[in-house]
Amino acid sequence: MGDSNTITVDPFEEERPKETHFHARMAVLNIRENWAAWNGYKLANYFYDAEYEYFCVRNGCGTYDICGMQKYFVSGKDAEAMLNRMVTRDISEMNVDRVTYLVWCTDEGRLIDDGTVFKLGHEHFMLTCGSPSLAWLEKSCYGFKDVSIVDMSERIAALALQGPTSCEVLKKMGLKDIDTLKPFGIKHFPFGASKDKPLMVSRTGFTGDLGYELWIKPELALEMWDSLYDAGEDYHIQPFGEAALNMARMEAGFIMPLMEFNEALKTIHFRHDHTPFQLSLDWLVDFKKPHFNGRAALLKEQHDGPEYTLVKLDIEGNKPAEECNVYSDKGCENEIGYVTSAMWSPVVKANIALAMVKTKYLKGEIWAEIYYNKELRSYTKVSRCTVKEKPFWTHPRSRATPPLPY
Amino acid sequence: MNQYDAIVIGAGHNGLTNAAYLAKAGLEVLVVEKNDYIGGAAVSRELHEGWIYSSCSYVCSMMRQAIHRDLNLTKHGLLLVPYLGNVAFGDNGETLVGYTDEEANYNALRKISPHDADAMFRLHADLARYAQLIRKTLLRTPPDPTSFRPRDIDELLWLAKQFWGLGEKELYEYIRFFTMSAADYLEDYLENDLIKATMASAGIIGTALGVYSPGSAYILLHHVMGDVDGNIGAWGLARGGMGAISQSLAGALQESGGKIRLNAGVRKILVRNQKAVGVVLENGDELHANIVVSNLDAKRTFTQCMDEDDLPSGIFNKAKNFKIRGSSGKVNIALSGLPKFKGVPNNRYVNRGGQAFVGSLETMERAYDDWKHGCWSKDPFIESVIPSAWDPTVAPPGKHWMSNFVQYCPAELADGPWTPEKRNTFGQTIVDKIERYSPGFRELIVHMEVRTPHEIEAEVGLTEGNIFQGELTIDQLLFNRPFPGYAQYRMPIKNMYMCGSSTHPGGGVSSACGANAAREILMDLRLDNTVPDDDFYDE
Ligand SMILES: Cc1cc2nc3c(=O)[nH]c(=O)nc-3n(C[C@H](O)[C@H](O)[C@H](O)COP(=O)(O)OP(=O)(O)OC[C@H]3O[C@@H](n4cnc5c(N)ncnc54)[C@H](O)[C@@H]3O)c2cc1C
Repeated sequence: MGDSNTITVDPFEEERPKETHFHARMAVLNIRENWAAWNGYKLANYFYDAEYEYFCVRNGCGTYDICGMQKYFVSGKDAEAMLNRMVTRDISEMNVDRVTYLVWCTDEGRLIDDGTVFKLGHEHFMLTCGSPSLAWLEKSCYGFKDVSIVDMSERIAALALQGPTSCEVLKKMGLKDIDTLKPFGIKHFPFGASKDKPLMVSRTGFTGDLGYELWIKPELALEMWDSLYDAGEDYHIQPFGEAALNMARMEAGFIMPLMEFNEALKTIHFRHDHTPFQLSLDWLVDFKKPHFNGRAALLKEQHDGPEYTLVKLDIEGNKPAEECNVYSDKGCENEIGYVTSAMWSPVVKANIALAMVKTKYLKGEIWAEIYYNKELRSYTKVSRCTVKEKPFWTHPRSRATPPLPY
Repeated sequence: MNQYDAIVIGAGHNGLTNAAYLAKAGLEVLVVEKNDYIGGAAVSRELHEGWIYSSCSYVCSMMRQAIHRDLNLTKHGLLLVPYLGNVAFGDNGETLVGYTDEEANYNALRKISPHDADAMFRLHADLARYAQLIRKTLLRTPPDPTSFRPRDIDELLWLAKQFWGLGEKELYEYIRFFTMSAADYLEDYLENDLIKATMASAGIIGTALGVYSPGSAYILLHHVMGDVDGNIGAWGLARGGMGAISQSLAGALQESGGKIRLNAGVRKILVRNQKAVGVVLENGDELHANIVVSNLDAKRTFTQCMDEDDLPSGIFNKAKNFKIRGSSGKVNIALSGLPKFKGVPNNRYVNRGGQAFVGSLETMERAYDDWKHGCWSKDPFIESVIPSAWDPTVAPPGKHWMSNFVQYCPAELADGPWTPEKRNTFGQTIVDKIERYSPGFRELIVHMEVRTPHEIEAEVGLTEGNIFQGELTIDQLLFNRPFPGYAQYRMPIKNMYMCGSSTHPGGGVSSACGANAAREILMDLRLDNTVPDDDFYDE
C-alpha cells in the first residue's frame, strides 16, 4: 500500500501505440480523440470532422502524418540492379532527385506491395511502402554483392501536405523556388539553424491533387510542423486523418492495401491476392527490362488476360455500394465481381466505387446490389453501374509547373 | 443571327439551368441578360480589389445534387464546401453554439436548458420528416388539381400517397405547418427563449413575416429542408462565391453550344396571334424564337415585359397582385482580419462558423414592427457567415469578408424614397449591432457593400427586392405558384414559359425551377426527357 503515487513504470507501455514525431502537435488538435493505428503508431482517424478535413484537402490544404510509412535506404553499387530485379517497373532510367511509383511481386506474379522509390544519389535510393518489408528486401539482395538495406522508418519524420494552397504555404514558409518543383521531383532546402539542407520535399501524394511530402530528421520535426502551420494559417491548413485520406484517394482512383489488394506474402488463400494486371496497373510492368521477380508469370498473365480487372464505377443513386457484389443482370443472378471501396463523392456529387469485375463481363451491364441501413432497418437496392476510365477527380493544377493558382 | 429555337430571358441560375437542358437536347438557345455579368442573385462580384462577395445569396443547401451530377458542374469548376458550426447571440450577451458533433451540440444545449437539449431530438426528427416530403416534390412539376389529364391525376395521387404516408395525426400536424407561425410551432417543443429564437429565425429569412406571423413555420421548413451531401439542414459555400454556381451552369450551357448575350435587357416579349415569338431588347433589337422562357419573377414578367392586351384577361391583375414584398437587406463587409466575438470560444472552427444575431423572440418581433411601419429594423435580426474563413479564394490571405443578411428592410420607406444617405445609415445600423457583440469590429472594415431591397431590385431585377421571386405562403406554393392554373411552367400565351423562382419550388439556389421548366418544354416539343429527377435520393 501507499506507493500508488510513486509508480514510474507504465505497466501497459509495451501495448500502447507508439507516438509519431508529430504527435505532440497533433494530439492538441485531435479534439475528438479518435485514433487509429498504423504500423504500431497512433494515427488519427480524424481530428475534428472527417468530411471537413477531406474538404480542406480539396479546398485549402491539409497535413497527413506519414511517419508510420516504412522507409528503407537501399545503397551500394548494386542497389539499382537489386531494386530493378525486385520491382516490375524499370528504374534504370531514373534521374537523381526523382520519385517513381511502383509495385513488386512474388515469383508467381502476385503483388506484394506498392510503394515509391526515391533516387537520392547514383547509388542511393529510398523505398517507401505501407507495410514492413525488411525481410523481403533482404531476400531480394540475394546474389548482389554491394547493396545494403537500412530501415529508416523511425529515423525520418515525414508529413504530407496536400491541397490547392499547399504550394503557397511552402512558399510562405520560405522554400525558395518550390513552385519550380515538378510532379515526382525532389528538392532539398535549408531549415532552421542547420547549415546544410535538412528538409527534403517531394512533389508526391495520395490525394489526386496538388501536394507535397516533407521529409526531415526527427529532431527537427516539431520545428518544421510549427513553421508549416505558421505559414499555413492564412491558407486554411488543417491536419487530416485516415478517414479523409481514404475519401480523397478513392476519388483519385488510388488503390489501398486491405481494400483493393491483399499483400501476397500475407495471403492464406492463393487467388485472394492479385497481379498488377488485375489491379489495372499494367503500366507499372515493364517486360523490356532484364529479368525481374515474377516476370514469367506476369508474361503469361498478360497473354491470357487477367480474370478480374479493377475498375472505377459510377453508380446510380446515392447509397454507397460498400462491401457489395456486382452482377451482370438486374435480377442479381450472375455474380461477376465485388466492390472493394465505395463512397459518395462530395466534390463530384457522384456515388463512386472501385470494384473487381470479371474481365469478360466488363463490356456488358453491371449492377450492384447495395445494402444500407436506415433507423435499424436494412434495405437492399439494385443500382446500375457505369465503368469510368478516368479518375473521378483530377485537377490540372496537380500536373502544372508552376502549379496553377489556387 | 436573330432567330433561335429558344430565348431565355435572364441569366439567373435558373435561367442558365433551363437553357443548359434545352441546349443539351439540341436546341439553339440564347440567354439574354440585362446586366454585364451573369448569375442574378447567385453571383460573385469583386467590388473591392482582392475581395469577392457573394453579393446576394451566400450559402447553398438546396442545389439539386441530381442536376449538379448530371450537368457535371464539378468539371465546370463548382465545388460546394460545407461550413461548420453556428453561434446564436442573445440580447444580453448569451451565446448558443451549434456544433456539428452531436455530443458537443447536446452538451452546449444542455448548459442552457436540459429540457430543450432533449426536446431538440424530437423537433429535428419531426422537421426532417416534413422536410423529406417537400424535398421529394422539388424536382417534380406540381399537378393541376382541376385537371383530368392522366398525368395530373397520377401526380395528384402520388402527392396524396406521400401525404397519407405520414399517417392521420401527422397529416393534420403537417397542414397546420402551412398556416402556423414559427414561434407557435416551436412552443410545443422548446422552453428557452434563445433556443426558440434561434430556431424561429429560419422562419423569417427573406420573408415579410414576423416570428409570430402565420405562415412563418413553413418558411422555417424551407430553410432546413436542404442538405449538403446528405447532411440535412447543413449549409455549404460555393468555392469562389455563389457566382461559381452560375458560372458552372454557364459552362455546361456553352459546352452544349448555348449562347449568352450580356447587356441585353428585354423590354418586351413579342406576341403574335397569342403566341410568343421573340423579344425586343432595350436597345431596340428584335430577336425571334420558337420558344420564350422568362427567368424573371412573375410580376416583372407580366407587368413590365408584356402588354396587358397580349394577355388573357385576369392574368395581368393576378401578376399585379402577386405577393412579392421585399423585406431583407444584405450588407457585405470586407475586413482586414478575422473578427472575434464575445462569449465564443476562440478556436479555429467555432469562431469562423456562422453567426446569428437573433436577440430574442421579442426583439425579432419588434424588428418586424419597424418594417411594417415602413422603416428598417432598429435592432435587426442578422444572419452572418464569414465565407473567407472557409474559402481561400474570396479574400487576400489573412483578410476576410462577412456576409450579413438582414431582416428587416423595406422596399419603400415611410418617409420618402431611398437615398444614398439612408442606405448608409441602414448599413451603420448593421455595423453598430455587430460591434456590440464584436468590439473592435468597426476598425477591421475595409469596404462595404450595402444593399437594400431598392438596390436588389435595381441590380438583380427582383421586384421589391423579394429574394424568393414571390413570397412562400400557401396561396403561392406548389400548384398555386405563381398562380393557380399556371404552375406547370407554361404561361397563358402559347410558346411561353417561366423558369425562375416564381415557379415551383420557389426561391433559393436549387436549379429546380429551371430544370422542371426544361422538362415541360421538352415534353411539349416531343423531345426525349433528359432532365433528371430526384428519385435516386432515396431517403
Ligand atoms: C440578398 C439575397 C440573399 C439570398 N440568400 C440566399 C441564400 O443564402 N441561399 C439561397 O439558396 N438562396 C438565397 N437567396 C435566394 C436566391 O438567391 C434566389 O431565389 C435565386 O438566386 C433566384 O434565381 P433565379 O434564377 O430564379 O432568378 P434571378 O437570380 O432573380 O435571375 C433573374 C435574372 O434576370 C435578369 N433580368 C431581370 N430583368 C431582366 C430583363 N428585363 N431582361 C433581361 N434580363 C433581366 C436579372 O439580372 C437576373 O440575372 C437570396 C436572395 C437574395 C436577393
